[in-house]
Amino acid sequence: MRYFELFAIPVDYQIDLATVNKNYLELQRAVHPDRHANSSSRDKLLAVQNAAEINDALQTLKHPVKRAEYMLSELGVDIRAEQQTLQDPLFLMQQMELREELEELSSSSDPDAAITQFEQQIKQLDSQYSAQLAAQLASNDEQQWQLAADNIRKLKFVYKLRDELERIEDSLFDD
Amino acid sequence: MALLQIAEPGQSAAPHEHKLAIGIDLGTTNSLVATVQSGEARTLTDVSGAAMLPSVVRYQADSVTVGEQAAQAATQDPANTLISVKRFLGKTQTEIQQSYGQLPYDFCEHDGALAITTAAGNISPITASSDILKALKQRAEESFAGQDILGAVITVPAYFDDAQRQSTKDAAELAGINVLRLLNEPTAAAVAYGLDSGQEGIIAVYDLGGGTFDISILRLNQGVFEVLATGGDSSLGGDDFDSLLVDHFKRETGVMNLSPSVLRLFINKAKACKEALSQYAKVNVGLEFDDEKYMVEVTREKFEELAMTLVKKTLRSCRRAVKDAGIVNDEVLQVVMVGGSTRMPIVRSQVKEFFNKEPLTSIDPDRVVALGAALQADVLVGNKPDSDMLLLDVLPLSLGLETMGGLVEKIIPRNTTIPVARAQEFTTFKDGQTAMSLHVLQGERELVDDCRSLAKFSLKGIPAMAAGAAHIRVTFKVDADGLLSVSAMEKSTGVQADIQVKPSFGLSDDQVANMLKESMTNAKDDMQARMLKEQQVEALRVIEALEASLATDSKLLDEAELSNLQTEIAALAVIRESAVEPSDIKAAIEKVDNASSVFAERRMDASIKKALQGQSVDNV
Repeated sequence: MRYFELFAIPVDYQIDLATVNKNYLELQRAVHPDRHANSSSRDKLLAVQNAAEINDALQTLKHPVKRAEYMLSELGVDIRAEQQTLQDPLFLMQQMELREELEELSSSSDPDAAITQFEQQIKQLDSQYSAQLAAQLASNDEQQWQLAADNIRKLKFVYKLRDELERIEDSLFDD
Repeated sequence: MALLQIAEPGQSAAPHEHKLAIGIDLGTTNSLVATVQSGEARTLTDVSGAAMLPSVVRYQADSVTVGEQAAQAATQDPANTLISVKRFLGKTQTEIQQSYGQLPYDFCEHDGALAITTAAGNISPITASSDILKALKQRAEESFAGQDILGAVITVPAYFDDAQRQSTKDAAELAGINVLRLLNEPTAAAVAYGLDSGQEGIIAVYDLGGGTFDISILRLNQGVFEVLATGGDSSLGGDDFDSLLVDHFKRETGVMNLSPSVLRLFINKAKACKEALSQYAKVNVGLEFDDEKYMVEVTREKFEELAMTLVKKTLRSCRRAVKDAGIVNDEVLQVVMVGGSTRMPIVRSQVKEFFNKEPLTSIDPDRVVALGAALQADVLVGNKPDSDMLLLDVLPLSLGLETMGGLVEKIIPRNTTIPVARAQEFTTFKDGQTAMSLHVLQGERELVDDCRSLAKFSLKGIPAMAAGAAHIRVTFKVDADGLLSVSAMEKSTGVQADIQVKPSFGLSDDQVANMLKESMTNAKDDMQARMLKEQQVEALRVIEALEASLATDSKLLDEAELSNLQTEIAALAVIRESAVEPSDIKAAIEKVDNASSVFAERRMDASIKKALQGQSVDNV
């Protein structure tokens, strides 16, 4: 897996962000166009391409969903442009309930506490799906990869909830 | 008689030859030029000892005046004296009128681009900016008699969009300046402060200039300046505080309709009043015009009451930038103040309250940006081979494409580290559709009408297929200057469209070339001579760069590859000396370029491997 190789880190869904950030700076120090300002135009062009790829690799590695999608696509299951939706009635039901809860947050008697409590729920779902994903992505079994794809779809729902929550928080506490 | 110095054979007489590069702060109100000498950055002054050049250009029928002299003519000749033109870069007339209201200029459209009608003809904001840049370049040349200026780092507000950046670069090209880099103003300030203090951690740069406001959050780590987030308002600055006072004067005097010269008088008085209020609690402003005499009293309290809305607006941008950076206010180690407008006490106290920290003002807020730019220019031309300084900047505003229903689909979100390349696939909407037009936009809003239109182009010759069958891949590339280029390709046929994004209201490459030609007195000869000189310099740069690389890395090539490359380099050296046509040198450079492509790739791969040497590479 090229991005992991580039950053010299083990291929594993659980990554050490500190190492990734540290290696990122070393890589940019080597390839950034400013370090090649006096080189031939060929060198400069290569520098821009390499720096852009390293930036893209960093964004991919840092973001849990993008990282999972990338690993899965390297395994041969590319779901990044899919139109398919999740077929899991139980999960979707739960999401609907959570959405309703979210909408009522701003009218709650103690929005601060309600938001903190909701944040906890999101965190819990996040770590539950992430842990499963790590195991599924490490497996050699194609069936596990399909389960991983479903887990990524679920994580996307969870992150959307988190973004929504942030938006509500902003509108509540901004003057 | 002086003794001649003779170097030992094989050794260069000047091993540490200092190359001359400059940093330019092209400001709304004032511009500066700085350079590094003996390791120290300093601003260059004019004959009277002034570092700041007022960004004012006066166009008369037979002469162009820049700076203080032009500024003095502003009230008597308002329509021909262009002030704060930076605010007009990359803008349309409608936008300018919406943002700035009444101005003493006669705007028009010239070749589809905005211009101002003056006694010297139609002048675009780009031309006016290039005249300011020329004056600064000349100042630098006079300071270092005879020495060639290899290039310049020119600063732009971090929040400048693609159109505004491209316009700045065009202005520099018109002024005959080799742009090493467009650098964001807050990043430049951070460099000046960061290298000064050697501190590590997160710093916030609050930059309120004459016409623009920027806030940048950076992380300093072992010479790397990593911008985490940036925000701001490219039409909010000191001028807007002045215009609050102009409105106040109008109300107090009861004179609502101002002639251009009275308007200019009011603006000048407002600026002076604002500046005085940074020192005094109360200022009396005398307004004399049309045989009338008015006296308006302004207290600091009254001014701050008027100014509060604007200051709060900047703080909202600060809050968003802090959030975008993924940090909280307490993590900010230092707050740096940049720009003349941060001298206002209300600004300092509000920023202090927001970040809960005394802001830093130890480097002159008017000069800090130029100093930082000079430091970066010095590194870029290679005066500091051991420097570990690296600036990682971000895209200030999201880039996207228009999709169905007038909506914008974001391709690269704001605050993405540059350089960056991103591709997105689109498909056809109708059966048998053979063309597709693409509309590139910049901004955060969902609707096309609320974003800035950068360019429109069409991809033709798509094979007729069923709706949804064609796959059009659009690639956005943003370089280290923050400039965008877009290409589009239909995947099954390889039909391609490539465009350099030129602002919808800016200049095309041809227009720039034409203006360049027009600006030469003996157009043809001068142009030819200049292009030949440029190609000779470029050829020398290529030869020197390759020889330096070969000295360390020739082992990456096999014997045949090495000898082939050396032959081409030698050929270029000969053509460089003998050629009369610039195109001949250009062709020889291209040949060397092609011959060196494998070498360049191997060197880049080797340097990437070397960067992470000694790191554990288990499991990869």
